[in-house]
Amino acid sequence: MKRFILMVALLLGLAVPGAGIAQDRATTLRVVVHANLQILDPVWTTAFITNRHAYLIYDTLYAMNSRFEPLPQMAEGHEVLENGLVYRITLREGLRFHDGSPVRAADAVASLRRWMARDAMGQRMGSVTSAIEATDERTFEIRLRELWGLVIETLAKASTPAFIMPERIAMTPPNTQVTETIGSGPFIFVRDEWRPGNRVVYRRNPDYVPRAEPADYMSGGKRPLMERIEWLYIPDQNTALAALNAGEIDYYEAPPLDFIASMERNRNIRIVNIDTLGTQGLIRPNHLFPPFNDPRARQALAHLVRQEDYMRVVVGNPRLYQNFCGAFFQCGSGNDTAVGSEAFMRPNIDRARELLREAGYNGERIVVMQPTDRAQYNAATMVLVQSLRRAGVNVDVQAMDWSTLLSRRASRNPPEQGGYHLFITTHGGPDTAAPVSNIWFNSRCERANPGWACDMELDAMVADWAREADPAARRPILERIHRRAWESLPYIPYGQYTQPIAVRANVQGIVAAGMPVYWNIEKR
Amino acid sequence: MWSYVTRRILATIPVLGVVAIVVFLLLRLSPGDPAAIIAGDNASLEDIAMIREQLGLDRPLLQQFILWAMQLLGGDLGNSIYLSRPVLGLIVERVEPTVALALTTMVFAMLLAIPMGVLAAWRAGSWVDQTIMALSVLAFSVPVFLIGYGLVIGLSLELEWLPVQGFVSFAEDPMRFASHLVLPTVTLGLVYMALLARITRATMLETLNEDFIRTARAKGLAEPRVLLLHALKSAAVPIVTTIGTGLALLIGGVVVTESVFAIPGIGRLTIEAVLQRDYPIIQGVILVIATVYVLVNLAIDLAYPLLDPRIRF
Repeated sequence: MKRFILMVALLLGLAVPGAGIAQDRATTLRVVVHANLQILDPVWTTAFITNRHAYLIYDTLYAMNSRFEPLPQMAEGHEVLENGLVYRITLREGLRFHDGSPVRAADAVASLRRWMARDAMGQRMGSVTSAIEATDERTFEIRLRELWGLVIETLAKASTPAFIMPERIAMTPPNTQVTETIGSGPFIFVRDEWRPGNRVVYRRNPDYVPRAEPADYMSGGKRPLMERIEWLYIPDQNTALAALNAGEIDYYEAPPLDFIASMERNRNIRIVNIDTLGTQGLIRPNHLFPPFNDPRARQALAHLVRQEDYMRVVVGNPRLYQNFCGAFFQCGSGNDTAVGSEAFMRPNIDRARELLREAGYNGERIVVMQPTDRAQYNAATMVLVQSLRRAGVNVDVQAMDWSTLLSRRASRNPPEQGGYHLFITTHGGPDTAAPVSNIWFNSRCERANPGWACDMELDAMVADWAREADPAARRPILERIHRRAWESLPYIPYGQYTQPIAVRANVQGIVAAGMPVYWNIEKR
Repeated sequence: MWSYVTRRILATIPVLGVVAIVVFLLLRLSPGDPAAIIAGDNASLEDIAMIREQLGLDRPLLQQFILWAMQLLGGDLGNSIYLSRPVLGLIVERVEPTVALALTTMVFAMLLAIPMGVLAAWRAGSWVDQTIMALSVLAFSVPVFLIGYGLVIGLSLELEWLPVQGFVSFAEDPMRFASHLVLPTVTLGLVYMALLARITRATMLETLNEDFIRTARAKGLAEPRVLLLHALKSAAVPIVTTIGTGLALLIGGVVVTESVFAIPGIGRLTIEAVLQRDYPIIQGVILVIATVYVLVNLAIDLAYPLLDPRIRF
């Protein structure tokens, strides 16, 4: 009898914790994220990881659907008054922050003001805004000084949008980091379990009120179905992949593209494309110094690019890229056009040599920065270097890590004094898909991103496009912009590709939102 | 004895001072800008400049050094640039995985290496000796990450015996703590074991040719007694010295092993800080490691009289 009781006790001892772990596993989504979350304030940094963290704990007033139309999210709706100079926005009823306090118009106003002081698109909107004021508990108005057709689109933008925080937190000066993490989003940040460099934990917000519409891209009902989300930071790709294979993790946010084919053969793993627009690779010339201060030299660069070569090396899997995409504002987007790109569909080395000569290039050293710790950028840089050498360019490839490149690309010194001629980077998502929000397209000279593209005529066309509220009337302006861009070449696109995610086969309900989002996901 | 200890401890102060100056200068003179990384890929130059100013990175180098040195003298390693949290606290958070891994690795390596070295020396020139030496050359030559991935494929993915990655605190679950440490310990321990086995063999070979060993054998003592009580004890000083100096090897290995097995220890903290140019963390970790290294070697020096009564301080 004693032996029997002992056996039962032992079995219970083994089985009960086991059941607990199984239960935990069913309600916990374990995700390997692409970066280490360290900064919690989405206004203070543009880092993608902070943006994704913010989407879990905060909500936005508007959000884009899969047709890139802005739809109300926290907003119930809006009215456009006084011939387009006043936008009156009303919040949904019943919205609450994680501390239980109601979401008020004053919270939205303070959040918008702080965001407009820092975000590039927010600043543009701020430059035409005369006032933002709450008119009652749920309503506020944005008053414009001049017509600007992109107010709602700007509030709905997907990357670094205006996340709504409680007024007392949003009153923090925009240049000071917010450290509190109280939002009204579908998940709650569990600070006690945050281990920077290792693990970030979120729990379901039981008071979240999702919209009734189905989730569509960033818009619609955000239903938090998992009790707990754990972000794990595993920088070693082989280890992350092995952990996914072993079932230790459920969701791998950015699996290496050259592993996709082998993962697809594993029936326990699903490859899901959540990014309908994809990523655009770009070669950024430094517009400050010869030869690339001359558009003919930049055109020569474009004549050397065979996008397929880059895609084969960077991506590998033909199902993840297009052989040629001539759109600055991304193929497949509402602003997709190839106007002006016709001459650059195939490389033309002879024409490139001719243009370089015309631009005054005479064999001077061309400094190319090569970030060796970023596999995709490194591979693309090698293709670029090879094509330049084929055209007889004297290339000085300077290897460095990404953080060195980030600081060096901000240098306005001549290339021989610590500056540079060329570097490679990528961007993507709906922001890239519009002339006014595509930051590498910005050609406002000293106010442009590193590389300082400078074409005020092009910038004026972009401003015309932004003023126009009617999408049909924007189209001809867009085509003029595009034709001009392929002459001026603020950057040279080297291809468009998608970065899928990898999940265990039992992970269902993934929303194709252009970036990893964790609402509506469940494990079956 | 105590005056020796005091002298040695005082001697660490200039050592740490030099380490602090060199680390500070190397970091500041190497390229890279934490402000640019904090601001993110899409930040404007104004944002980067504003962050640089907030962090005090726009100040002259000498001023930055004096500020840091003053903090250091007050026992403060400063705050992480990214996390705005005290560096010392961050190091303390990461101590458990690293210390656990270092201790299990040392124990694993010693338990294997010393018998292997003794056996190889005892049977010097035989196939036993040659096999042990070949294995140790192999373990020493194969890169740590390769051993790690091999073990993951074999023991985790194929046999499903052990977890692939991560760390569980002993306080949370001792069984899972142990299971998560097996693969990293074996990965890191093999290199350390190879080094120790070779040193043990070499010192034992020398000792086995000494007159007192011949005398012990002539007196009819059993061979295990000769090997373990007489020869090994006499050969212990160089072996213990190697354990101490091998700590540097262990620290280097911990950095790679923690990365391969996603263990949130001090090695990972260091790598992340280096990649992001989080100067206070890098400086703090290097100072702490240097202090530990000096203290461990001091402890080993102090252990010599216990092993060899002829040594006095």
